[in-house]
Amino acid sequence: MQKTTRLGVAALSAVLALGLAACGGGSTTTPTSSGAPAAAGSTGEFNGALTAVVNPSDKKGGILKLANAGDWDSLDPGDTYYGYSWNFIRLYGRSLVMFKSAPGKTGNELTPDLAEGLGTPSDDAKTWTYKLKAGIKFEDGTPVTSKDVKYGVERSFDKEVFPDGYTYFNDFLNWPKDYKGAYKSKDVNTDSAIETPDDQTIVFHLKQPLSNFDYFAQLPATIPVPKDKDTGAKYKEHVISTGPYKFDKNEIGKGFTLVRNDQWDPATDPNRKALPDGYDVATNVNADDIDNRVLAGDLDVDVTGTGVQPAALGRILPDPAVKAGTDNPTGTRLWYTSINGNVAPLDNLECRKAVEYAADKTALQTAWGGEFAGGQIATSLLPPSIPGHEDFNTWVPGADNKGDVTKAKEALTACGQPNGFETNIAYRAERPKEKAAAEALQQSLGRVGIKLTLKPFPQTDYFALYAGKPGYAKDNKLGLAMNGWQSDWPDGFGFLQQIVDSRVIRDTGGSSNISVRDPEVDKLIDQAMEQTDPNSRNGIWTQIDKKVMDDAYILPNVWAKALLVRSKNATNVFVNDAYGMYDYLGMGVK
Amino acid sequence: MTAPLDVPGSDFEATPEAVLAGQGDVKAIQGRSLGQIAWMRLKRDKVALAGGLVVIFLILVAIFAPLIAGAFGQDPTQFNSDLIDPSTLVPKGGTGIGADHLFGVEPVNGRDIFSRVVYGARISLLIAFLATLLSVVIGTLLGVTAGYFGGIVDSIISKAMDVFLAFPILVFAIALAGVVPDSAFGLTGDTLRVSLLIFIIGFFSWPYIGRIIRGQTLSLREREFVDAARSLGARGPYIIFREMLPNLIAPILIYATLLIPTNVIFEASLSFLGVGVRPPTPTWGGMLADAVRFYTVPHFMFFPGMAIFITVLAFNLFGDGLRDALDPKAR
Repeated sequence: MQKTTRLGVAALSAVLALGLAACGGGSTTTPTSSGAPAAAGSTGEFNGALTAVVNPSDKKGGILKLANAGDWDSLDPGDTYYGYSWNFIRLYGRSLVMFKSAPGKTGNELTPDLAEGLGTPSDDAKTWTYKLKAGIKFEDGTPVTSKDVKYGVERSFDKEVFPDGYTYFNDFLNWPKDYKGAYKSKDVNTDSAIETPDDQTIVFHLKQPLSNFDYFAQLPATIPVPKDKDTGAKYKEHVISTGPYKFDKNEIGKGFTLVRNDQWDPATDPNRKALPDGYDVATNVNADDIDNRVLAGDLDVDVTGTGVQPAALGRILPDPAVKAGTDNPTGTRLWYTSINGNVAPLDNLECRKAVEYAADKTALQTAWGGEFAGGQIATSLLPPSIPGHEDFNTWVPGADNKGDVTKAKEALTACGQPNGFETNIAYRAERPKEKAAAEALQQSLGRVGIKLTLKPFPQTDYFALYAGKPGYAKDNKLGLAMNGWQSDWPDGFGFLQQIVDSRVIRDTGGSSNISVRDPEVDKLIDQAMEQTDPNSRNGIWTQIDKKVMDDAYILPNVWAKALLVRSKNATNVFVNDAYGMYDYLGMGVK
Repeated sequence: MTAPLDVPGSDFEATPEAVLAGQGDVKAIQGRSLGQIAWMRLKRDKVALAGGLVVIFLILVAIFAPLIAGAFGQDPTQFNSDLIDPSTLVPKGGTGIGADHLFGVEPVNGRDIFSRVVYGARISLLIAFLATLLSVVIGTLLGVTAGYFGGIVDSIISKAMDVFLAFPILVFAIALAGVVPDSAFGLTGDTLRVSLLIFIIGFFSWPYIGRIIRGQTLSLREREFVDAARSLGARGPYIIFREMLPNLIAPILIYATLLIPTNVIFEASLSFLGVGVRPPTPTWGGMLADAVRFYTVPHFMFFPGMAIFITVLAFNLFGDGLRDALDPKAR
């Protein structure tokens, strides 16, 4: 406690120093040694909140003001699938386990929340047991039991009522045959999937071994829902809180306010500081307006955490004083180009190599939004913030990343297409950045004679009917396709499985993996899913990453970055790697 | 004027000669054709004339686009990444306007805006002209048929026009342009897209001209010269093509000229919505769509926007002048 107080004083002086520095344009007097992360963070320098807490403070009170350029898919824990929503939901809901509310890589670590500890697996990793802490209550004072957690998962099963959510529990738990969720299969015994031997214990039974089930247990669907208060699709209008805040006013489409939940007991919860007295959230606000207001200090957070609009970039980056108040985290999203081995001549590894070598990665980076708003040039699949990432570059596109024309031409000759070939590149018509990236590839591959024709498709059916449907892609010679993937949590399984496992490809279309077909990769994935030791498991994910790159089925473009503006009024500002944006649990008001 | 009435009739011939004599010209007066009268009126309308000159200029630009862009050593699809600030994505120095790039360069990829606007004129005018031609042909044929034959034929065609006018054409155009694959009807790529746009725009705007032609035909049908032709034994087709059509040239010309700018805008809207010609082929509407993301660098939006504005204005001014000249009563 004492330590944080001292840091608070340091932060205050640092802020004053920043104010002076902003006027004089000189350097701050604070030492920049990396050995003192808290001090370095509190200077408020560019990227300061990536590794340290900026403006640490324990002061309670104040209202934090947030705005969203769009709206939540849903505030319902069983029906929300946005990273920012999972970050924010921890304010009003407690799941079995959660990501630590801490800066940098520590934020990637799981820590128990409702549960007393992380899950206990059976030897075959098919059964996972959690014990709930005692003394946790809903906002109306009723104690939370394991049955409320079970009910929360059961109701999230129904994708007709909750269309936005994920299907992890649906797919992996051993549900009774023809189970349709808590609403439609009311009296079905679901003990084969989830057992609650007593009020404090919950046991999950899986269909197949899953070494990383703790990541499932942090999903918002494990937030308890009281059965008698559940209003189905309308529950999102007033979610019954288990966290430090509860809903006060909620007008869907306009915004909502959160106030303190007096039934939340800090003794049961070492993870939440709960500093502000409340949260004021506006939705459907103009995105440029949000940027301007955050920069001016009228607003504290752009809740979506996807970074500023292009217009604000021009105001922030050229001005060192403004830039010092921003952070530029690399998220867990990879933008890439799928190279479809089903389309001749890309069935030949040498021709795929030619594409990898010829691509101008700096032009791609610019197309995705530049080095700050776009991303970091990617050389492999796993983003740097995900455990298992290793720096390697299988196909070096020249020293300057502008493409290696000589090597590309050699590969083309080896492929038997010395003068290049013609193929098509698919992208989502509604996405200007994908279009710009496709145009950049058209330019750079054109240098070695690979002639690309741009094929825009509507994004709603991009995977179901066009680029993601193997038959269509083959018949229409979609040799390349723009693609992107963000993991649902920072782990090799969450990131890689859906985009490199060939068994997720269906003839009927709809899968995100549209090009990687390698039986060896599939075998490695099975190994990883049975490996309960995290370090060995992460090693396998690294191996998979390398194997896919050797196959040249994927041309990585960039690991997405976002330029976030730190609030002028907020304390305890830091970026949580698990979400790639500011952690909304720690923030307080000055 | 000494002896006004001594030779009957001579007064009639003498007067003009006397007037003209003062100018040293002894040529007898000639009857002027409709075209000559119209041209005379048009020449006096300086605004319309200016519009017409701009139209001719734009057509020349479209035809000679490769030469014009080539004169500055620019290609409309060439990236100039070195001119772009890699962090903010806007051209270094704000616009990139200079001797090489008259209108500056695009953000993100640094393509030359001048050559893209010049090439954009090709797509824009080609589609606008051909779509107008298509709708004029359909509109005139159906309009004349409806007006001349009347009765059930007229009812059917008029109802069809009502249906077409009530049709949500933009929505339909987006859907149609979206579902047509990349090779169909023996065409591929840009050729297919351009043909498709011409068809969509032309096919759906014929009722505008059709209604006007039908109305004109209805009134022409009752005129004496048509009666005369009919009483001499002329049949429908002869009367339509030999008696009616020549009298319909004026309205057709006027409304065609006024339809062209509408079609320019329509093409730009479709390209703006991403269902026009595929990138990287430059179109004005497509450039505007790209520019929306970069409203902080207004030159990107300004030049294609001005191109559309000037084209539409020039055609409208010229079309208005043409109407005044050909059909003063319509004023």
